[in-house]
This record gives sequence, structure tokens and C-alpha cells, in this order.
Amino acid sequence: MKYVLNRLLFFIISVWAAVTINFILPRMMPGDPADAMFAKFQNNLTPQAMQALKLQFGFSNQPLIEQYFTYLKGLVTGHWGLSFTYYPTPTTTVIAQSLPWTIGLVGITTLLSVFLGTALGIYTAWRRGGWLDNTLPIASLFVQAAPYMWTGLLLVYFLGFKLNWFPLSHGYGDSVEPSASAAFILSALRHGILPALTIFLGSFSGWLIGMRNNMVVTLGEDYVVFAEAKGVRPSRLMLMYAARNAILPQITSFAIAIGNIVSGSILTEVVFSYPGIGLQLQAAVLQQDYPLIQSAFLIIAVSVLLANLIVDLLYARLDPRVRTGGVAA
Amino acid sequence: MMEKSVTATGLPMVRTTRPKTSRLFRALAADGRARVGMGLFLVFVLVALFAPWIAPYHALATNFPMNLPPSHAHWFGTTATGQDIFSQFIYGTRTTLAVGIGAGLLSTVVGLAFGVTAGYIGGWVDTVLNFITNIFLVLPSLALLIVIEALVHNTTPWINGLIIALTGWAWGARVFRAQAMSLRGREFVIAARLSGASHLRIMVAEILPNMTSVIASNVIFASLGAILAESGLAFLGLESVNSVSWGTMLYWAQTGGALLNGAWYWIVPPGLGIALVGLSLVLMNFSIDQLTNPRLRVERRKRRGGTTGA
Repeated sequence: MKYVLNRLLFFIISVWAAVTINFILPRMMPGDPADAMFAKFQNNLTPQAMQALKLQFGFSNQPLIEQYFTYLKGLVTGHWGLSFTYYPTPTTTVIAQSLPWTIGLVGITTLLSVFLGTALGIYTAWRRGGWLDNTLPIASLFVQAAPYMWTGLLLVYFLGFKLNWFPLSHGYGDSVEPSASAAFILSALRHGILPALTIFLGSFSGWLIGMRNNMVVTLGEDYVVFAEAKGVRPSRLMLMYAARNAILPQITSFAIAIGNIVSGSILTEVVFSYPGIGLQLQAAVLQQDYPLIQSAFLIIAVSVLLANLIVDLLYARLDPRVRTGGVAA
Repeated sequence: MMEKSVTATGLPMVRTTRPKTSRLFRALAADGRARVGMGLFLVFVLVALFAPWIAPYHALATNFPMNLPPSHAHWFGTTATGQDIFSQFIYGTRTTLAVGIGAGLLSTVVGLAFGVTAGYIGGWVDTVLNFITNIFLVLPSLALLIVIEALVHNTTPWINGLIIALTGWAWGARVFRAQAMSLRGREFVIAARLSGASHLRIMVAEILPNMTSVIASNVIFASLGAILAESGLAFLGLESVNSVSWGTMLYWAQTGGALLNGAWYWIVPPGLGIALVGLSLVLMNFSIDQLTNPRLRVERRKRRGGTTGA
């Protein structure tokens, strides 16, 4: 229980930290932060309209601390600001359209890469020194060291452009409208395969190598050697004795992995013009649409923090030592 | 428990467990994979150092025919604006490696400052530093970098490297903290403290030399992370357009329609460069890993007859 409270507290404080970074960053820049943010509009707006716009985004002559509380209040009450690019659409509306695409893409590929990577990690450690163990980790490290956008570009070029197996870009075809129809879902799936493959290739080897190394260490433990001497069936030894314990550190490295996957999905979405939040963020940066940049960052940060919280709580279910406060039963 | 670790003569062990830097290099030289990694890495370092002598043309000169496929005059062809891709690749090696390794070193230094201080001093200092570390660890790094880049316009690769180092040190700090915590109770640290050495001196002269392999491993991964982050930012169009790095090459390839022109020779070299540098770093790390974790060095698992045959 103390562990759960602890994680909840960390979640709340880290969300606060992300919010505060969002507030401080533009104000840390040299010069007037508002002028930097609204530089693009300097020539098209009357000074009055400019002033109104600044006030709307919480820039006023108030002391910083009051601006901060106005900003916090806006966030809590759902007033995240209006997008410059799609003025006067609230940024939350813009983000609500792109978020499901990213969550679907990242969610499905993460699950796939965790399961396949971990399973192969178990197997390669078990067949230590076998041909798969000698080739797979190195091959997958090469793929992992390859930047996401490059993997994506190569996949588009060969599987999309040359072989014409998959569409080159976008989230769904021109002929369908987003709806719950079978035609739309099929089109979305077809468009999702190459982006998903890109993210999968980039994230898979972390799980593979991590699990392999944990598993090698666990297989050297006395209780495993004893179980083997006792005559426990190999499959049972591999899965129930070794893998079950070796999998725990995998879960703690999830925090780093999810950050990597989210970074990768931003790059991948840009390669494929995939209508997710990463593409939205990049477009917002190029358009200097600061309200949208800030909202997108906040949503990405909160989603990642939430994913971490869920995994932490899951970890408490899996490892009883965490629940009982470090005392091994 | 430190009180228990006493040598056979009954004397307390003092400084017997210090891994020497030379051990690190011997381990690197002994492992086949690490040798391949070092060789590969050395090639790229030489290319970076001697870029002006190797590159046949100026990297940004636009005086060639556009979209030429690879030929004798242009090994990697030319871009959509008539630049020599091979020359860009050579100069790009320089930028990408320098920024990546520079940022890797800098972020390791920051990570050491946070991690060793937290782990060695302990108490509330640890609570505060560790908390900051954890927050930097969980914040999505590329998204944070993009937000910073949006405010700092037209950054050079060097500024990007600086920003990457200052936001990407947390993973190292976490590892260093754990190491420092396990070292602070050792006899040689206690001996140093009893002899009146200051905390700073103990951290720098006693703790740091005992973390060589962990530090080396961190420099490797931090450099790889920085190379990927820098090229990612450049690919997103967030780096000065006049800089030549592998990331900006990919950016221009994407915006210059390399795909639809069938210009694979424009896309392949920069990404392959990043992947090969990354591979060389990871290969070197294999043998460092085995120093830190000797169990990984154990030979193939012995199994009863019947289950063998991998």
C-alpha cells in the first residue's frame, strides 16, 4: 500500500514538473517571451489584438507567480489555449483528433515487441552459444542502432515504392472516411503496417538483449542448478523457474523503453505523414504554433507518465517483495 | 557487510578490488566482437579527422547536375540541388561524431555529478537529487528536445549537442548512484574518510576510479543516444539548414523527394553511417558488460544429454 501511494505521489509530482517546465521554458528564453512566441503575428495583428492574444495565453504584466496560477487554473479547467494554425480551434480539439492514432500505433507495437523480444530473449539465453544466440543479438543491435526515420524511409522505399505492397503515407486511404466501417478499419490497418514495423524493429532488440542477459544470470543461480539436478523438466525449468524471475528487471526498464518508443513514433509519424501526435507536434513547431506545441508536449508527457504508473502498479502485483516492503517472503 | 570481509591474514582488505583502466583496455582487446567494434569505430574517427582530405568536393557546393545516380565522379550520386552526396557523407561524419561523442561525454559528467553525489552523500541530498533524476528519466526526451528547439531557433549541431547532454544525463546518474551507494561502505572509502579526506576528494579519488567500466559503458550509450537524438532533431528540420550532418542529409533527402525519384543512394549512406557507428559502440560495450557482470562471460550452459543441440 505504501508502495502504491509512493508511485501515485511520484506520478502527481512528475506531472506537475512537466506542467511547470512547459510554463518556464518560454519564459527562460532571452528577450520578451511573448514577443518570441507571437513573432509570426507581429505584422498581421493590431497592437490591441496582439495584447488580447497575449492575455489569452497568460502573458500579462502580472507577477510571474500570478501568471503561473492563471496558467495552472486554465489547464485544470480545460482551457489549454487556441491553436494558431487552426485558429480559433482549441488545441485540445486538435490533439483529440491525433491522439487515438498514436495510442493505437504505439500501443499495439509496444505489446508486440515486448512479447516477441522477451520470448526470443528467453530462448536465446536457453540455447546459449547456439547459432541464434550468436547472430540474433548482433543483428538486432544493428537494427536498433539504425535511426527510426532511416528504417522507415527504407521500408517506404522498398516495400512501398518499389514493390508497391503497402501505401506510402497517411493513416488511411483517400476513398474512405473515418468511421466504424470495415472498409475504413482495413484501410487504417494497411496504412499502419509499415509505421508499426518501423517502431517494432527499433524497439524490439532492447527487450531481446535485456531478457537474454537477465536470463543468463538467472540460469546461473543455485536454485536453477538445483532444480535441474533434481530432474525438473527442461521446459518447466526454462519458463517457471528461470524466466519467471528473469522477467522482473524487464518491467523496471520499461520506463526507459517507453520514452524511446515515443521518440521513435514521433520520427516514424513524420516519415509516413501518419496523422498522430508526433506529426502534429512537428507541424506545430514548423508553424511556430506555440499553444499547440505546449499542449502536445503536455499530452505526450502525461501519457508516458501514466504508462509508467500503470507498469509500476503492475510490477507490485508481480513482485511480492515490492508490496511487503523489500522483505523477501 | 564490510566488517566481515577480512583477508586470510586477518587484515582488513584495503583497495584490493580496484579495477584498473588497463583492465578495461585488455578486456576490449581480448574480445573478438570488441575488436571488430573498435576497428569500425576507428575508421569513422579517421574519416572524421581527415574529412577535408578525403572529401572530393565542398559539401554544400551546388555546381553539379541534379539527381545523378552513383558514378565514378560522384560515388554516392548527387542531391536534388546538385550537391555531391559522398562529400556530404564525409563531412557529416565529422559533425555527427563530434556532436555525439561530445554530448555523450558531457552528459556522463553531469550524470556523475548527480549520481555519485546522491549515492555517496545519501540522506536528504540523495532524496532531492534522485527525485530530479527520476523526473528527467521519465520525461519523453525527444518531445522535450523538440519543445526547447521550437524556442531556440535555427540551432547549430553544437547547441543541439549541448541541449541533448543537459537533458539526457538521467539514466547515467541512476546507474552511478547505485554504484556509489555500494562503494561508500567499502573499507577503502572508510579508511580514506578516517584519514581525513574531504567528501569531494573521496568521490573523485576513491569512488570514481572504481567505476571505470560503468563510466565507459555509459559514455558509449550516452554517445549513441546523442547521435540518434541529434540526427532525429536534424531530420525533423530543427537544425540549421547550413549544417552538414547525417541527420540533415536525411532531412534533405526526405524533403527533396529522394523517395519518389528513386534516389536510394541519397537515403542509404547517412542512415547506414549512424547504424554502423552505433553497432561499433555496442560491440565495444559487449566486453565492458562482461567486466561489470562476469556471469555473462560463462561459457555455454552445460546441459544434460538429450536437451543439447542448439
